[in-house]
Amino acid sequence: MLRDHDRIFKNLYNDMGSDVVSAQSRGDWVNTKEITDKGRDWIINEIKNSQLRGRGGAGFPTGLKWSFAPKEVGSRPHYLVINGDESEPGTCKDRDILRFEPHKLIEGCLIASYAVQAHVCYIYIRGEYFVDGQKLQAAIDEAYEKKLLGKNAADTGWDLDIYIHYGAGAYICGEETALLESIEGKKGQPRLKPPFPALIGLYGCPTIINNVETIAVVPTILRRGGKWFASLGREKNTGTKIFCISGNVNTPCNVEEEMNIPLKELIEVHAGGVIGGWDNLQAVIPGGSSMPLIPKEKCETLTMDFDSLIAEKSGLGTAGVVVINKDQDIIKCMARIARFYKHESCGQCTPCREGSGWMWRMLERMAKGDATKDEVDMLGDVTNQIAGHTICAFGEGSSWPVQGLLRHFKKEIEKRNNLDPIVQKKNNIPYLVDQHLLDKKNA
Amino acid sequence: MSLRRPAKNQPENFEFNSSSLVAANKILLKYPEGKQQSAVMALLYIAQRQNDNWIPLAAMKYIAKFLDMPYIKVYEVATFYTMYNLSPVGKHFIQVCTTTPCMIRGASKLVEACKEKISENECELSSDKSCSWMEVECLGACVNAPMMQINDEYYEDLDKEKTLKILDKILKGEVPEPGSYRGRMNNEPENNRKTLMDHKNA
Repeated sequence: MLRDHDRIFKNLYNDMGSDVVSAQSRGDWVNTKEITDKGRDWIINEIKNSQLRGRGGAGFPTGLKWSFAPKEVGSRPHYLVINGDESEPGTCKDRDILRFEPHKLIEGCLIASYAVQAHVCYIYIRGEYFVDGQKLQAAIDEAYEKKLLGKNAADTGWDLDIYIHYGAGAYICGEETALLESIEGKKGQPRLKPPFPALIGLYGCPTIINNVETIAVVPTILRRGGKWFASLGREKNTGTKIFCISGNVNTPCNVEEEMNIPLKELIEVHAGGVIGGWDNLQAVIPGGSSMPLIPKEKCETLTMDFDSLIAEKSGLGTAGVVVINKDQDIIKCMARIARFYKHESCGQCTPCREGSGWMWRMLERMAKGDATKDEVDMLGDVTNQIAGHTICAFGEGSSWPVQGLLRHFKKEIEKRNNLDPIVQKKNNIPYLVDQHLLDKKNA
Repeated sequence: MSLRRPAKNQPENFEFNSSSLVAANKILLKYPEGKQQSAVMALLYIAQRQNDNWIPLAAMKYIAKFLDMPYIKVYEVATFYTMYNLSPVGKHFIQVCTTTPCMIRGASKLVEACKEKISENECELSSDKSCSWMEVECLGACVNAPMMQINDEYYEDLDKEKTLKILDKILKGEVPEPGSYRGRMNNEPENNRKTLMDHKNA
């Protein structure tokens, strides 16, 4: 288990209060000037050396991302945007940072803004976190009062203004370009890439977008050194990460742990074990709902980091671990996730808009045992026609969980659904008609 | 995609009252000059607060004029984002999360409680017209599942009995205490904490 000394978020459970004074007693804002005095290149290099990967899901190296920002500020100003649109089912880590460690985030914003030469930073928070956003706003006001923000912020000679922009209940705004559209006051529909936001982003200006957790760990990395961070976890999967363990466990919780921690340790030690014992485990979704589930057999030895989960054809994503035990109907669970994606598709690309509904309706019927034998393969076919055929990664995100289900629980689906595929008069064959026209509730 | 339509009965006029106007002008300062369209989401939200938790078409037209942008663009935004209510909801607006992490911890019991106490169907006003409830997608408090949101506040670690008690209070016009209803501190593992013990002020 990670030593408390090495934990970055010491106030994860709000034992100490989140105001600026207690944040300073935990080491925030102590020598911000010393850090920025070492220069942009040093900061970016140190982050590169720490091998920090983005905590928002994709795991893109943060130092590399920052180095994409143009070296000189031209006619267009640079922007830093923080992605706090945490909506992935199973994930609730950013919320705790916003409400309990806001000064880590604000200080991170200052350092990152300095590194990418931005004078304005927008923090995008999902609309449901209104109360938590207010707490962050209070912390920002405090920081302005103490001259840690604004002109010559924290004596660094850098001017920075931070503004909060609330979302309004759209999952897709967690996608970086949809988030930019949303800040611009449009529908949150993702943009085609390239051009990448680092060159043409918010208002057409160079923009660096990072997750809340990524930015919040930056000050600590720079204080303790990239080497310290890189010494935790393993090569290319370094540092600590907040894991959210939810679902059928005895004590669901958020906990900051070292990367590459065994999944079993995470569940048994921190989450108090699976309800009904380890043998009652059915499957685990390792990284938020869009990552394919992993069946029990593989959970025994699985370690939680980006690369080892990719090797299992899943992903670390946001590290939202959802534990599903044998008391649950796995097909129903996945049908509910498919319903989530059907609800949250932005409607821009046809394969995703229509396909997400198809997947949901087929899975609902499969959960009831109303599907025909050949539909199981057809479902796989539908997922393949969505993944990779959309503008953003939502296509993959919505079809991967279904593909994971088909990969590991195909037998279960087939056992339950063995209707004859031949068209029979008394059988309504829903995929031959536009079912949503029949069933208005689904529209 | 969620399909959303505005209500049939629409008020004729809408205008920001003085406090909304102050708030709206403050929001405008956040964005660069000429990019005032960015404020549309916040302004819709202000309009929703002012107008008993829903946005009439008149408000969209008003905001379009206010920000000097086409009405259809405001309409697009208002119909795209699910937190904008396009038809009247209760003064106490209850949203029950039923996505998988909550579902496997018994969110359907919360839905049952809402059906018993408030109304048989979602998005329907209670008999005293003060409350309405609906099922929503993940609210981002998965380790505190099952949970629900009433107006701005989160109510976590619920079961049917606790939900019924909360709803009773709401119907009486009281505001129940938000947060965890199993007495644990935020997101810590209940009675099983093994980290950051030095700071625990139990």
